[in-house]
Amino acid sequence: MDMIHAEQLVYEYDKRDEEGNVIGTNRAIDGVNIDVPQGSFVAVLGHNGSGKSTLAKHMNAILVPTGGTMWVDGRDTKDPEELWNVRQTAGMVFQNPDNQIIGTVVEEDVGFGPENLGVPTDEIWKRVEESLRSVGMIEYRKASPNKLSGGQKQRVAIAGVIAMEPKCIVLDEPTAMLDPNGRREVIRAVEKLRKEKKVTVILITHYMEEVIAADQVFVMDEGHIVMHGTPREIFSRVDELKSYRMDVPQVTMLAEELRKRGLDVPRGILRREELVEALCRLR
Amino acid sequence: MIRDITIGQYYPAQSRIHSLDPRVKIVCTLLFLVSLFIQNSLLGYVCATVFLGMVIHLSNVPLKYILKGLKPIVILLLFTVVMNLFLTRGGGTLEHFWIFTITEEGLRTSVFMAVRLMYLVAGSSIMTFTTSPNGLTDGMEKLLHPLNKVNVPVHEVAMMMSIALRFIPILLEETDKIMKAQMARGADFESGNIIQRAKAMVPILVPLFVSAFRRANDLALAMEARCYHGGEGRTKMKPLKYHGRDRAAYTLTLLYVVIIFVVGRFVPFKLWIF
Repeated sequence: MDMIHAEQLVYEYDKRDEEGNVIGTNRAIDGVNIDVPQGSFVAVLGHNGSGKSTLAKHMNAILVPTGGTMWVDGRDTKDPEELWNVRQTAGMVFQNPDNQIIGTVVEEDVGFGPENLGVPTDEIWKRVEESLRSVGMIEYRKASPNKLSGGQKQRVAIAGVIAMEPKCIVLDEPTAMLDPNGRREVIRAVEKLRKEKKVTVILITHYMEEVIAADQVFVMDEGHIVMHGTPREIFSRVDELKSYRMDVPQVTMLAEELRKRGLDVPRGILRREELVEALCRLR
Repeated sequence: MIRDITIGQYYPAQSRIHSLDPRVKIVCTLLFLVSLFIQNSLLGYVCATVFLGMVIHLSNVPLKYILKGLKPIVILLLFTVVMNLFLTRGGGTLEHFWIFTITEEGLRTSVFMAVRLMYLVAGSSIMTFTTSPNGLTDGMEKLLHPLNKVNVPVHEVAMMMSIALRFIPILLEETDKIMKAQMARGADFESGNIIQRAKAMVPILVPLFVSAFRRANDLALAMEARCYHGGEGRTKMKPLKYHGRDRAAYTLTLLYVVIIFVVGRFVPFKLWIF
């Protein structure tokens, strides 16, 4: 059973001029088919305006498709009866760490989701503690979110979603506003969660380095899915990636340049160690 | 600069005041505020000072922090003092020069008024310092719950308030940033008369409002994504329950109100003009 399954998904919105009159429609998503098996780690890449965030918002029923269908754990997101179930199944972490923390104390924020679900009090406390522990923020449970760094805030936001016990977490560019340290913190927390809780992870990003550990990568451009495969397959098509205005990790880039100059380096090198090994073998 | 404003902020600490039920703190704060108005005598203010001092001491909030919270009202305070000092007439004249006259009654009113204002702010900020905004919301919600029957959206209002409080520091930080950005582009907020200075604030307020709306939109999305759908069917992580200490706090506060009322009204004690 697929965790997330989309068929011919289309999302259109009205284009308006300055007075607010409709002057046409824009297709943010145009005929997307996507399958995410349960327990897998899927990354969606794309430059700004490629429709990747719009796609993410469909997985949480924040947006409802104008055409085609999106199923989350077998539930049609268009069905208003299933709305809250869909949202509980697929938790969502947003880009801006400040704008998604509701509580003024870390633990109260993490408890916000379970409170909305009507979870009994004792159970809320258990969940809050467990989810804060799993993102490594337990020592900050009484702190004010304003005093945390960006990476820490984002980890609290992840804990807030975990506390709702979703089967799937959608992270919509969770690292876009963070510094490299914060980015690493967040990605590490996500990877740990995936291993420990076996949740399905869908990571929307434009940082290539973050998708190396993914099972599958989708590349989006202008509302279409233009590339699909394992990270290694994707990264071996450097020129194609560049045509979609995507950056390639430095190592992959370097390996590709070397290969073009006639060195016998394999395609799709993802990590520095792999390149070192390939180069050593050359001698 | 602008970020130094501490009023309305939560000061996380462990203390006896922090652990009180928010309902107790709200009701007792209201009682304290009322107590400042039912009397106007030296002994009454001594009572209030003792009570406030005791609460501040118990709350583990540094006095410096509370005094910092008084900063924004300094101008209002000075204005009140000056107005009362020169415009209130009554009793013997203490000082007279040119067109200004300071009377005994004027001095008395202005001093008491200043103290009263400061205690009002300090008293209510002790409540916000020691109660997390979520606690405050819960307290208000519980206290005002009966209004639900007459179709007042108590939960929604309480939620709005707690979110507003949560965003105060963020928006202040943003104001600071925008101000600096405009200053770097040659904006001048310091010179000119009041009208010119008010006009100079426009380039700060416009981006601030735009960003506040964007944040509100983001936050609404995030809340919906976490299944927020109003107060119905919601459980509480920290449900409110009265304990022994809460009853003790009620008793002490009521006792204080009675004392201040009796002492302030019926004990004729005067020190010079006060």
